[in-house]
Amino acid sequence: MDKPVNQGAWLLVLPVVLIVAFSAIVPLMTVVNYSVQDTFGNNQFFWNGIGWYQELLDPTTELGGRFFDALWRNLLFSALILSIEVPLGIAVALSMPREGWRVAATLVILALPLLIPWNVVGTIWQIFAREDIGLLGWVVNRLGIPYNYTADPLSAWVTIVVMDVWHWTSLVALLCYAGLRSIPDAFYQAARIDGASRWAIFRNIQLPKMHRVLLIAVLLRFMDSFMIYTEPFVVTGGGPGNSTTFVSIDLVKLALGQFDLGKAAALSIVYNLVILAVCWVFYTVMTRMDAGRS
Amino acid sequence: MLRARIVLGLYILFLLLPIYWLVNMSLKTNAEIVSGLTLWPHKLTFENYTRIFTDSSWYSGYLNSLQYVALNTVLSIALALPAAYAFSRFRFVGDKHLFFWLLSNRMAPPAVFALPFFNLYSAIGLFDTPLAVALAHCLFNVPLAVWILEGFMSGVPREIDETAYLDGYSFPHFFVKIFTPLVASGIGVTAFFCFMFSWVELLLARTLTSVDAKPIAATMTRTVSAAGMDWGLLAAAGVLTIVPGALVIWFVRNYIAKGFALGRV
Repeated sequence: MDKPVNQGAWLLVLPVVLIVAFSAIVPLMTVVNYSVQDTFGNNQFFWNGIGWYQELLDPTTELGGRFFDALWRNLLFSALILSIEVPLGIAVALSMPREGWRVAATLVILALPLLIPWNVVGTIWQIFAREDIGLLGWVVNRLGIPYNYTADPLSAWVTIVVMDVWHWTSLVALLCYAGLRSIPDAFYQAARIDGASRWAIFRNIQLPKMHRVLLIAVLLRFMDSFMIYTEPFVVTGGGPGNSTTFVSIDLVKLALGQFDLGKAAALSIVYNLVILAVCWVFYTVMTRMDAGRS
Repeated sequence: MLRARIVLGLYILFLLLPIYWLVNMSLKTNAEIVSGLTLWPHKLTFENYTRIFTDSSWYSGYLNSLQYVALNTVLSIALALPAAYAFSRFRFVGDKHLFFWLLSNRMAPPAVFALPFFNLYSAIGLFDTPLAVALAHCLFNVPLAVWILEGFMSGVPREIDETAYLDGYSFPHFFVKIFTPLVASGIGVTAFFCFMFSWVELLLARTLTSVDAKPIAATMTRTVSAAGMDWGLLAAAGVLTIVPGALVIWFVRNYIAKGFALGRV
C-alpha cells in the first residue's frame, strides 16, 4: 500500500513537533550546557570541556565507579524481571477465560496494578513486606527465613523484584492476550483434527501470533525497568548501603541532592544515549519485520 | 482447563493480596496496626477516611492531580490527532526519522528531565501550576498518543477521505465531522493510556510543584510526623489513589484488549 507524497502534511505534524521540541530539546540543551561546565555555586560556571565525560566513563574514578555499579545493577535488575515477567505473562495470558463475564472481570483485575501511582505501589510493598505490620514480611519471618528489606541487601532485591513482577506482569499478560485473541477459532479446530499436542499448538500457532506483541512487551519492560525510579526509591531509598541504587536514583541524588550539576548532566547524556541506542535497535528490527510481512 | 484456572487463580490472589492488606490497614486504628498482625480490622473505623475528606490540604491534592491529568489528556489528544492523520495518510520528507524521534521521547528517563524542567518552568513563570505538570507530561504522552492513534487511523480505508473530497467537504470540515467520529474508539483508548501514564507519574509532578498544585501522591509523604508513621492515614490515602484508576478501567474494560491488540502502549 503506497501512501501519496504530500509535503503539506508537515503542517499537520507541526504542533506536535513544536510541543515535543519545547519539552525535549530545550531541556536537553540545558543538560548539554551543564555537562561541559563546572560550578562552585553562586551561579558561577567554568568551562570544563569533556572532563565530566572522561571521569564518568573511567571506572577507576569515584564518579565512574559509581556510574558503572549503578549501570550493572540496573542491567541485572532488567534481566531478572524480564526473565520472570515474560514467561509468567505468557502463562497468565494462556490461562485467560475465552468468553463470558469472567473475561471482563479478569481484565479489570489484571489492569488494576497498572493504574496505581508508582509511589503508592512503593508504599503498598513497603507496608506489605514489613516484618512487624506487613503480611508478607511477617509470614516469611515466621517460616524461619530471616527477611528484612531495610537491613539485608538480598531481601531488598527480592522485595523490589517481586514488587516489579506484581506491578508489570499484567502488561505482558494483556499484550499477549490481545495477540492470542487475533487467532481465528478455525486454527484451533484444524489443530484438533490433526491431533496436535498442547505444546505443538503453543509452539506453532500461539507463539508466532504473539511474536510481535512479545517484542513490544520486552521493549517496554526493558525501557521502563531501565529507568525505574519511584518504586524502589519509596521502598528502600536505594539502600541498604547502595545495593538498590539504580541509575535514575543515582542521577536524582547527584542533581537534586548534591546539586552536582556538571556530573549529573554528563550522566544524563550518557544514560539517555544508552537507552536511545537500544530503542533504535528494537525499532529497526520491528519495522524490518513489518516490511517483511507486507 | 483446570491447570489454567489454578494458574490464573494464584496470579489473581498474588495481585489482590497486597491491595487487600492496604484496604485492611486503612480501616484500622493506629493502635491496632502497631499492636500486632490482624487479618481483618477488629475495631472497624472510618476515621482515616473522614480525616482526608475534611482536611482541604488532603483533598486538594486529589483535585490538583485530576486537574493536570485531565488537562494533559485533552492537550495530548488535540495535538496528536492531526499529526497521527498525517503519519497514517502521507509520506513526507523526514517522516520516518520524525516518528522515531517522537517515540524516543517516550523512552527518555524522567530523571534526566527533572532538573531542566524545573529551571525551564520556573523561568517562564509556570512553576507550581497544573499547566506545568500537564505540559511536562506531554513529553511522553504526545508521542504515545500519536503512536496509538496512527494505528487506529491506518485501519480506516482511504477511500472514505477521497469520497468526502469528491462530495465537496473541506479538509477541516471532513476531519471534524466525518473522520474523528470514525476513530472514536481509538480516541477512547488513547485517552485511557494518557490518563494512565499521567496519573501514575510522580517524579516530574513532584519536582514541578510545591504548594498550590501539589499532587495527591506527593501529599502522602506528610504522614510521617514527630509521633512516628501514621500508617492508617497513609493506607487510606493509598486506597483513594487506586479508586480513580479502577473506575476508569471499569468504563473502558471492553476496549482495553483492543487497545493492547495494536501492541501500541
